[in-house]
Amino acid sequence: MAKILTLKEAINEYVNDGAVISMEGFTHLIPFAAGHEIIRQRKKNLTLIRMTPDLIYDQLIGAGCASKLIFSWGGNPGVGSLHRFREAIQVGWPVPLKIEEHGHADMASRYQAGASGLPFAVLRGYIGSDLPKFNSNIKSVVCPFTGEKLAATPAINPDVTIIHAQKADKKGNILIQGIVGVQKEAVLAAKVAIVTVEEIVEELDAPINACILPHWVVTAICHVPGGAHPSYAHGYYERDNVFCQNWDAIGRDRMKFQSWIEKHIYGTADFNEFKKSLEGEV
Amino acid sequence: MSENYTPNEMMTVTASRCLQNGDVCFVGIGLPSAASNLARLTHAPEVVLIYESGTIGAKPHVLPLSIGDGELAETADTVVSVPEIFRYWLQGGRVKVGFLGAAQIDKFANINTTVIGSYDRPKVRLPGAGGAPEIASSAEEVWIILKQSLRTFVSKLDFTTSAGHMTGGDSREKSGARGKGPTRVITDMGILEPDPETKELVLTHIHPGVNLEDVKKATGWELKVSRVLKVTDVPTAYELEVLRQLNSSTALKHGTVVTGD
Repeated sequence: MAKILTLKEAINEYVNDGAVISMEGFTHLIPFAAGHEIIRQRKKNLTLIRMTPDLIYDQLIGAGCASKLIFSWGGNPGVGSLHRFREAIQVGWPVPLKIEEHGHADMASRYQAGASGLPFAVLRGYIGSDLPKFNSNIKSVVCPFTGEKLAATPAINPDVTIIHAQKADKKGNILIQGIVGVQKEAVLAAKVAIVTVEEIVEELDAPINACILPHWVVTAICHVPGGAHPSYAHGYYERDNVFCQNWDAIGRDRMKFQSWIEKHIYGTADFNEFKKSLEGEV
Repeated sequence: MSENYTPNEMMTVTASRCLQNGDVCFVGIGLPSAASNLARLTHAPEVVLIYESGTIGAKPHVLPLSIGDGELAETADTVVSVPEIFRYWLQGGRVKVGFLGAAQIDKFANINTTVIGSYDRPKVRLPGAGGAPEIASSAEEVWIILKQSLRTFVSKLDFTTSAGHMTGGDSREKSGARGKGPTRVITDMGILEPDPETKELVLTHIHPGVNLEDVKKATGWELKVSRVLKVTDVPTAYELEVLRQLNSSTALKHGTVVTGD
């Protein structure tokens, strides 16, 4: 049965320096509060996995928490570039960042393989692409039935997967609604799963085919309302597009970035204080 | 005839006209999304728009800022997981048109969205592949929409992210890729289509008022021009009205204009 912990306790207990961490949410339900807590606890040398690094990994990379990034698309959706991500790759600031780059179809398949207990993923992928030349984890297999050559990549099995969801019930069953992304696979592939939620309710009262993660596949649940901000939680709040646009100027400039992290992350005790620190700021 | 329009509007309207009612289109964010939704709101109301976030049959009222905006889910016929969208729907061969943007293309319509400069020491690190490599090799056909300039139409790609016609001729056919590959490149200057034999892009349409010499100057290789170069029809007043209404309601919703620029 999942434990109900504070986010501080969960990150402290399960996210160790050097660990392989996946934080998923496909533009929806991105676990920002958990990302902030990792920065606040000054975790180091993490391998970060995520299909779309987004602002959450821009912050973690810029704060020096990561030594390796495994990803398939690194941008600020609808806005432009991730400047901390770019600077880490282009000039190694604040610490060198190794990258392992895949495509979306592949990353999704790798999580599926991980969740299925299989050693590798197979897909009709990367035909004519240069990516396999620069990523030794993209190999190929020959289909034993047809002889077709297909792409093969290793399963993803993170030490810890962290996601954000709408609801948990008292037992720790999790309900995810709207764009469900790859979160189910990322949780089932991981050794430890931490889920932050908008609310903890008596009964989920979910439709019969809803996306449910039963309590016995979840390690810890943290009640963090608003914890996906500035991404959105379907049915709760919308994406904060203004924040995402303003991030461009903050992320572009080392000094601005550092003072933002100093004030809003290191300077706050938890996500509630973080939210208060944003009040009055555009 | 219609009033004045911008090159960007000309490009978006031209691209939207390529879609037919009922087409199943896997839509990239930015320009492809703008053109596809314009088609849906004008001549192709039954077009099926699939976004890689897993939304099938999305009918957004404003253009999405991200590929996973909530409105895509709310207006979709169904929302599936990301593994499912790439496996059953894309690689399963259920997509007619893969509609992509690009940072750079070459004369065989191969696409770069990864780096400018070398991979290990990039001059500019771009976002990367996303869903594009498998869209490019799984859809029945691929359309690419981008602004034409020496920066975007290059003689040699710094990196091939997604395959077009590879090295030309029958190289794509032999590669194991599905579908016809890129059948159209739509730009702010005209439309290019691959030669049936060599697969090299040929300028087949030029937008009204655009000078052919300027198109050649905006192309990083010696541009081939069709012997029957057609002039694209100007946007109708109705198309422009719908596009501008879409852009202004988008700006109102997001506080920005989503054109993919």
